Amino acid sequence: MEKFEAHEHDVIVIGAGGAGLRAAIEASAMGCSVGLVCKSLLGKAHTVMAEGGIAAALAHVDPQDGWQTHFQDTMKGGSFLNHWRMAQIHAQEAPDRVRELEQCGALFDRTPDGRILQRAFGGHTWKRLAHVGDRTGLEMIRTLQDRGVHQGLDVYMECTITRLFTDGGRIAGALAYWRETGRFVVFRCKAVVIVTGGVGKAYRVTSNSWEYTGDGQALAYDVGAELIDMEFLQFHPTGMVWPPGVMGLLVTEGVRGEGGILRNAQGERFMWKYLPEARRHEYAADEAEARRWLDAVVEGRQTDARRPPELSTRDNVARAIYTEVKEGRGTPHGGASLDISYMPAERVKKKLPSMYHQFMELADVDITQTPMEVGPTTHYMMGGIRVDPDTGAATVPGLFAAGEASAGLHGANRLGGNSLSDLVVFGRRAGAGAASYARALAATPHIADDAIEAETRDVLAPFERTSGESPYGVHQALQECMDTFVGIFRVAGDLERALGTLETLKQRARDVRIEGSRMYNPGWHLARDLRNMLTVSEAITRAALLRTESRGAHSRLDHPGLDPALGRVNMCVTKDGEAMKVAPTPLPEMPAELKALFDAGAAGTAAAPAAAAPATAAAGKAS
Amino acid sequence: MNAGATGREVVLRVYRGDANGGEEVAYTVPVETGMVVLDAIHWIQAHRAPDLAVRWNCKAAKCGSCSAEVNGKPALMCKSRLDHFPEGQPITVRPMKTFPIVRDLVTDVKWNYEINKRIAPFQPRANAEWRWQQSDIDRVQEFRKCIECFLCQDVCHVLRSHELKHQFAGPRFLVRIAGLEMHPIDGADRVPFLKDTAGIGLCNITKCCTEVCPEGITITDNAIIPLKERVVDRYYDPVQRVWRAITGAKDGT
Repeated sequence: MEKFEAHEHDVIVIGAGGAGLRAAIEASAMGCSVGLVCKSLLGKAHTVMAEGGIAAALAHVDPQDGWQTHFQDTMKGGSFLNHWRMAQIHAQEAPDRVRELEQCGALFDRTPDGRILQRAFGGHTWKRLAHVGDRTGLEMIRTLQDRGVHQGLDVYMECTITRLFTDGGRIAGALAYWRETGRFVVFRCKAVVIVTGGVGKAYRVTSNSWEYTGDGQALAYDVGAELIDMEFLQFHPTGMVWPPGVMGLLVTEGVRGEGGILRNAQGERFMWKYLPEARRHEYAADEAEARRWLDAVVEGRQTDARRPPELSTRDNVARAIYTEVKEGRGTPHGGASLDISYMPAERVKKKLPSMYHQFMELADVDITQTPMEVGPTTHYMMGGIRVDPDTGAATVPGLFAAGEASAGLHGANRLGGNSLSDLVVFGRRAGAGAASYARALAATPHIADDAIEAETRDVLAPFERTSGESPYGVHQALQECMDTFVGIFRVAGDLERALGTLETLKQRARDVRIEGSRMYNPGWHLARDLRNMLTVSEAITRAALLRTESRGAHSRLDHPGLDPALGRVNMCVTKDGEAMKVAPTPLPEMPAELKALFDAGAAGTAAAPAAAAPATAAAGKAS
Repeated sequence: MNAGATGREVVLRVYRGDANGGEEVAYTVPVETGMVVLDAIHWIQAHRAPDLAVRWNCKAAKCGSCSAEVNGKPALMCKSRLDHFPEGQPITVRPMKTFPIVRDLVTDVKWNYEINKRIAPFQPRANAEWRWQQSDIDRVQEFRKCIECFLCQDVCHVLRSHELKHQFAGPRFLVRIAGLEMHPIDGADRVPFLKDTAGIGLCNITKCCTEVCPEGITITDNAIIPLKERVVDRYYDPVQRVWRAITGAKDGT
């Protein structure tokens, strides 16, 4: 057996985006020894791509805002499938987390009176997103990164975790390999925080980078943790559609927040057609009112005008664009036109600088002169590891999760801006949860040598094979399968077909052959990541098959309506021997005082949480 | 044939090797409309060389991972359009020269992270008011656009030709220090560090860093020169030295 490099920490944090850094900082501040392990270089995680802003009811621009409204918007956006307690904690704590970022040195754009400026975003009643132009995520990750390195975190960069180990059901550590050398590392620890982000690379058209292969969800699933809401995958309405190399690349919702107008090939401003009746009253009635709203935004003043229809929730806008294209009203490259060119060029460049450069350099389009072409792109996983709202604890002792890898806050659909706030609110809580757990545990659990040896053999197996295909072909086939059969609109037949294909692909993935050495070998890395992508793809497909309704980001052509009974359950995925089990579990019931928020607003301004008011269902605690 | 196919081909000469040596290997790649060098590298990985080592993440010039030297020029591969190179001629892709090679296009950039750790972090002044105007931070927000691609470090002759990594922090970290020093309420003193550890005097303002910055940060004029002035004011201005001796003021202000 190869001699292993080994490290021992109280807490291992897997993933170094916003949630991972915030979790590591918290656990370290509580006196724990923390190892932060990430697949890429520090500071390159997907948080860096977040553009629009971080949602927090600071009420700097719209004084009417408060945590209750943010809570209501989040629940409504999530079709009331959110865990109410997570939505409450999130809305209450986000303002403090934003102020904390500022205290760590982040420099947000300012209001005329010198405070943090906030912008409008889809589904948010008030202007709520603190931002730095269109590079909010970069500001956030750099701030946390610099805070973290001065806190004394041990950072293991370009190091991939392949498996978690347990001892008597408790987390005991993990096996990893250094990407640079291919050598193995054993991490012994008391607690693990999974903050690995999403699953987008299972799809071809995606805004996600190579890292987003569902590692955290699959690692947790393998040690017995529950995954919920996996059928809810967000297709961001505006990805680039041309040229082919950048297909799926994100076009920030900030474009629409700054006045971007969606039109089809016939020039029709189509979003009015797609507003859900229950929420139509929240949006401008016509072009004139939308323009008055925009003028007020530009001039930084209050208005009674309602927001433009383009600021509907992401699930709705994505379906609208998809439908326009499908029905033959798409732009030349199969998208919709998103126009900000009618605004002054200087303002566009100031408020959306990276969009300006992205289109200019990659698509030869000057967005101050010409509309963009956009279409839906796989963007964000609402589902993931089931966690306790207060501590981030998963259903396996010693395992914690936060951010995109966890589930509950966003329900059936996430509002833009609620992800960056999710990272810092629940990253902090999961870090604290893991630190408290680790400190209460007297000794570090034991990892059996044979478990380590079995895993290393498995990881190295692709080098041993004398025949077999390259993992790239299998990956491509997986992406085609998920794009085609488990996309924005789903039907039972497609989903069943996908399950069949996934079985074949699992076998193909088990048989891949890797050439070359263990040193920085992307083919080998992909072979490992494929296993995780296949696990989460199966979870998405099985949960989607079981949810025979259309809710939030999950749209079933064969079940177009809401089913109130399904509004009272989460689909829960667990490992049952070698098979994947999916079953509904009851959604925790919202307490009366929070329900009252919706009842009070129901008289004409807000949709009542009909689907979220289970009269009899037992309020199963989520963890 | 897919929608973006052009029917054209391009030859990429990609450096394959490690610390023990290597060579450029030629790959012929079918060209799609709008294709960038990173797309071509991915095509090679998927069809010709699954073990071709390359770093990348966002593919949108926001993460700064895919730095390399394309036709001899430091650049992000995700922003290097194939149709911007002369048609019919091969395009060479090599790793950044300033950093030790790991394998193929991947270099060991850990040194940068070590330097970063030594910079005094943001430290708000006591009793500072947390209010400031947008105009107060326009300048410093420019520095905070840095995506840490390290292309400025790669091109800087102090690091690249003279190999003075032990004496000079490089443009990236002078930009970072500028971002901290010009924060409206930061109160830490980094001037001695700039002079003695970061070695700011070694920069002789050839502006190569500014030229390669994919974020368009005016590194030399807006970050380095003002910092040089702070060092000069502190250590070399006789009037200010006398003033400080009398008043005890930090920067003669």
